[in-house]
Amino acid sequence: MLPELGQFALILALLLAALQAFFGLAAPALGRDRWLAAVMPATAGQAVMVGTAFACLVASFVRFDFSVAYVAENSNSALPLAYRVAAVWGAHEGSLLLWITLLAVWTVAVAFGVARLPARFGARVLGVLGLVSFGFILFTLATSNPFLRLDPPVPDGRDLNPLLQDPALALHPPLLYTGYVGFAVAFAFAIAAMLEGRLDQTWAKWTRPWTLAAWAFLTCGIALGSWWAYYELGWGGYWFWDPVENASFMPWLIGTALIHSLAVTDKRGLFKSWTLLLAIIAFSLSLLGTFLVRSGVLVSVHSFAADPARGVFILAFLVIMIGGALSLYAWRAPLLRSNAGFEFASRESFLLFNNILLVIAAATVFGGTLAPLISDTLGLGTLSVGPQYFNPTFLLPMLPLIALVAIGMHANWKRGRLGERGRPVIVAGLMALAIAIALVFGYYAGRPGLALVSFALGAWLVLSSLFDPLDRLRRGLSMPRAIIGMTLAHVAVGVFVIAVTAVETYTVEQDIAMARGETAHVGGFDFRFDGVDAIDGPNYDGVHGVVQVTRDGTPVVTMHPEKRRYLVQQSVMTEAAIASQAGRDLFVALGEDLGAGRWSLRIQIRPLINYVWLAAALMALGGAIAASDRRYRHARAAAAVPANAGQGSTA
Amino acid sequence: MNRFLLPLAAFLLLAIVLGIGVRHSKTKGIIASPLVGRAAPDFVLPDLLDPAVKFASGSMKGRWYALNVWGTWCVECRAEHSVLVAAREAGPLPLVGLNWKDSDEDARAWLAQLGNPYVAVPVDAEGRVAIDYGVYGAPETFLVDPRGVIVHKHIGPLTTDIWQREFVLRATGTAEPGR
Repeated sequence: MLPELGQFALILALLLAALQAFFGLAAPALGRDRWLAAVMPATAGQAVMVGTAFACLVASFVRFDFSVAYVAENSNSALPLAYRVAAVWGAHEGSLLLWITLLAVWTVAVAFGVARLPARFGARVLGVLGLVSFGFILFTLATSNPFLRLDPPVPDGRDLNPLLQDPALALHPPLLYTGYVGFAVAFAFAIAAMLEGRLDQTWAKWTRPWTLAAWAFLTCGIALGSWWAYYELGWGGYWFWDPVENASFMPWLIGTALIHSLAVTDKRGLFKSWTLLLAIIAFSLSLLGTFLVRSGVLVSVHSFAADPARGVFILAFLVIMIGGALSLYAWRAPLLRSNAGFEFASRESFLLFNNILLVIAAATVFGGTLAPLISDTLGLGTLSVGPQYFNPTFLLPMLPLIALVAIGMHANWKRGRLGERGRPVIVAGLMALAIAIALVFGYYAGRPGLALVSFALGAWLVLSSLFDPLDRLRRGLSMPRAIIGMTLAHVAVGVFVIAVTAVETYTVEQDIAMARGETAHVGGFDFRFDGVDAIDGPNYDGVHGVVQVTRDGTPVVTMHPEKRRYLVQQSVMTEAAIASQAGRDLFVALGEDLGAGRWSLRIQIRPLINYVWLAAALMALGGAIAASDRRYRHARAAAAVPANAGQGSTA
Repeated sequence: MNRFLLPLAAFLLLAIVLGIGVRHSKTKGIIASPLVGRAAPDFVLPDLLDPAVKFASGSMKGRWYALNVWGTWCVECRAEHSVLVAAREAGPLPLVGLNWKDSDEDARAWLAQLGNPYVAVPVDAEGRVAIDYGVYGAPETFLVDPRGVIVHKHIGPLTTDIWQREFVLRATGTAEPGR
């Protein structure tokens, strides 16, 4: 009964989304203000129906309903409750429903937010969101229905992919999708502004908190996925330039550019058409990511069971949504004029360059991700693009970007002189260089090279970001959340650069065969292998190794790498043991049983790797704090008067 | 020309490429592994039936073959085995059977009892080669082209239909000179 109820709710949601889109877009366009009253009820009804459908699927999983094909394929009677819930988004159909559900959540939040905006504008925003929702619900019902029944039902399910049986799975896709879907809000605001011919910059102010929130979620989602790959999959790294990783990273890069461009549009009324374009591109890349993952045109470790019919559908949806948005842009953008000017070394210039570099970075990722597809399509043979391409080409725009951020934060709006703010920037630069030299030659005893440059740039950014807030504290000035958030995010970027540089340059790795009681000396630590015990989990069995780590005779930690065999899918998974210390991670993975008590082990020492994720978490926190700035709430209250925004100094 | 039309033009171009890509993926089926399109990892392993002989994957260069990962401990491999035996009798595509983390005696008994569809049976007792191939559960089957590039991967037991459609058709259909 429940699956049928879920499907019925989803069909109703489709109809309500159509009404939401129709009334939201038609009422203002035709000037029928009485229709505006229908937008909110349709929006609320759509959200309730989507929520119902989602709840029905969750319930089918919780209740072991193996008569539902999707449940039978992704669950098992031995699967613990938490993973049965997470299994809802463990494969294509359910993760699509999650996407729709999160869009409904955002839509409801936006509905509350736009209640204070002009009624026609708010209706248009909700109308665009309704259109997006309609497309995705139709896609689900037509090609990827999670509620299909099996006849006859199977006695037991095939179990959730063991890769996905981890607490991080419960959070990674929802966070990531919340970010993806959040860019739909910026997109909807941009489309509404263009439809309305709203040529001032108020829409930018209204969009900023939503975009910041979406960006913060996306940052968390990507970071969690990376952390998961490292910790759960034991892949030994944190980023692989896999097409699907790239698919989430491109909207992130464009989203980062969008946040900064929105700031300029909001504050100074500049870059209007550019900001609109970025808002369209950020969401387009989110949609494109969905297409790439689910259509089977690209090869990835993340590939869902692909189906070309799905590819055709999403492509048609892409063409309608993005093609429509870009046509609207081509029509409206020429009407946008900026009357403000700015000098060469002003903050506007720095933000413009930062935007260009971020877009270039996104373009290099885009090119590398699509090159295999294009080469294949044109019959030029199969091409594989890996880190050899991505690492250097990505660094090229990113290193100058760090320097620009370190300086640009201190530039004034409009005027092209750093003036007295120039000195602290130079002092910070010299201090950073000293730190980098100390790290490279002193602490890591390495050779000069790229590491020196990146350490110096990272440290420069950290120090430079701290000047302004410290100055404000010293002078007893107020500290708006926008400034706290920005500082936190910029410091985090600096920390991130330093951490990545350390990991990439100074990781020590050894693969060795060890017998019980043998000791390996790796990177200043002694690893003694004390053999393995059998373990017996709920839906797996396997072995559990014991490795005692000491440093100069002092015990450091006991590590337990595991090797699990999942009984239903008969697949073997390696659970690496990772011990995080202040300055490094110790990583031990159990390889193969070589017989006679000997095992192969992979031992790694990765300096500062935990700071990679710490930095990402700080960036997200910075975005969240900035999104909650009071200014945006005031802005919304005063929105009825589209006036020139206040000229503060925050960005 | 209106420069604001450029994004639209670029997008439409991309949409065309993606459209061709989708059509393409329709004809070539579904890609399931990051290894597809890359060189098949080289290995040298002892042969199950004659441990004195080493089987080198390089010896298959110049012709199409399928690498089937199997083990006697794997339930689904038993169902698959009859398909492989029939396929070998009917078709021209040689099968290499990577015996994964198995006991040699069990494996030999299995082939003696159920028939041997393989041209060679390299023994991967420690599972190192399987790791190189990204094997995540038996059975898995890779299609390798004459250049030694993995063209396709199938996860799970083969059926006659899958074997014909995804393996034989690819190997014979695209094996024209120059590829």
